[in-house]
Amino acid sequence: MSVPYYVSPEQLIKDKADFARKGIARGRSVIVMQYSGGILLVAENPSRALHKVSEIYDRIAYAAVGKYNEFENLRVAGIRFADMRGYSYDRSDVTARSLANAYAQTLGTIFTEQPKPYEVEIVVAEVGDSADTDQLYRLTFDGSVGDEHGFVAMGGSAESITTALSERWQPDMALDQSIRLATELLATDSAGEPRVLTPGQLEVAVLDRSRPRRTFQRITGDRLAEVLGVPDDEAAAAGEP
Amino acid sequence: MTNSELSRHQLPVDGGVGGFSDLLAATNPGLLQAMTTAGAALDAPHGTTIVAVTYPGGVVMAGDRRATMGNMIASRDIEKVYPADEHSVVGIAGTAGLAIELVRLFQVELEHYEKIEGAQLSIEGKANRLASMIRGNLGMAFQGLAVVPLFAGYDRSSERGRIFSYDVTGGRYEEHTFYAVGSGSVFARGSLKKLYSTDLTQSQAVRVCLEALYDAADDDSATGGPDLARRIYPIVATVDAAGYRRLDDGQIEPTVQQLVAERNQRPDGPLATVTGVDQ
Repeated sequence: MSVPYYVSPEQLIKDKADFARKGIARGRSVIVMQYSGGILLVAENPSRALHKVSEIYDRIAYAAVGKYNEFENLRVAGIRFADMRGYSYDRSDVTARSLANAYAQTLGTIFTEQPKPYEVEIVVAEVGDSADTDQLYRLTFDGSVGDEHGFVAMGGSAESITTALSERWQPDMALDQSIRLATELLATDSAGEPRVLTPGQLEVAVLDRSRPRRTFQRITGDRLAEVLGVPDDEAAAAGEP
Repeated sequence: MTNSELSRHQLPVDGGVGGFSDLLAATNPGLLQAMTTAGAALDAPHGTTIVAVTYPGGVVMAGDRRATMGNMIASRDIEKVYPADEHSVVGIAGTAGLAIELVRLFQVELEHYEKIEGAQLSIEGKANRLASMIRGNLGMAFQGLAVVPLFAGYDRSSERGRIFSYDVTGGRYEEHTFYAVGSGSVFARGSLKKLYSTDLTQSQAVRVCLEALYDAADDDSATGGPDLARRIYPIVATVDAAGYRRLDDGQIEPTVQQLVAERNQRPDGPLATVTGVDQ
């Protein structure tokens, strides 16, 4: 009769955490940051169908890196949570704080109880009436929550992007300027070599403080090409007039 | 913290297929109960007349502001025309409380689908969804608490406004050109017949709706006319390629005042011409 191997809890948690970190580090990065008119979310994402950035509720957006099926599950669960809250009580009772709590509980339980942790990192952002009341929550694979200010970067080159943002990000930057900064940082790879990201490789959205109800807006196509000064490669390839 | 306390805060991460109503029925059935169980018949406020008219490139919907309970006026400023989503509008006739709740659920349902799928439902999809929600209210309809909405929207694939009417059993019928529902609908429809033409502009379509509501209020005691003293006017909304837009009171006030002034001269409204008869 074989004796099962003993693995200490410390080792078990460490192995799981290392596993999740490795998975996340393989992915392309996402930047979420405040700008003068609200919150900007930019992801390097060549797919037009599989979103890394999306709308949760009137003033709440979601951004994620890692394994698609896992963060997609969390996204759908978040929308269901928010819509259920808003329908049971009132639209104004749906907050990023309660959603972040629910995500933290979910991720924490999955991390400890499931054999394989989720290889994801997510941001829940809520745009307030003014920049002071904007909220950014970063949630990691083990259910830890961080309350961030100004900007958050996640994914493979998160560290270098965060360093660059802490030098170059300023409150009250204009939207176009913010999109260009985010794109430039996403385009700098780990070796410090710049690449050119075309609009087709980016997913850009904002929570626009000035909009009345649903503040989430995607910025795509010609508008994005105009901001970046780079033509949309897919549109050009399709031979659009 | 016990396991059950934990799970209360946890999100089900099962991928979540199905619409918002299914989710509600599965997780929070108490919120749906009013829609599905029948009690004794009771007296509740009823909303009255809604009209809708298409014009090239869009559709206009308008509703009067009266709710009645028997022969009493329950409300003189109720709102019965709502945006369903960015490209559609729904007007309600029948039991006001149930109808307003039905619209609220319908709005969440459409938005929920749009967020999860990343695309809006087709206009037929929206109309069908509303039909099954009305069918769910059939038990209440037997108790005299019927809900009969009128649904209209802009169809982005055929680039025109479309109108859908319903019966209490959830039957869905597409109306071409124009339609009216509610207690004053018979009179409104008679009026619309004489005033409608296929080449109306948007502002003409708005005027036609207001004329039809005036005629409904003229002959149906449950439909309210424009209340100039209190400045309560019908709710008017348009849907076109640019989306849903509600006209505010300031925008329709001149039209309403002109209409009332003209009715003071000729109470029966515009005269239709009869041709082919010897003078």
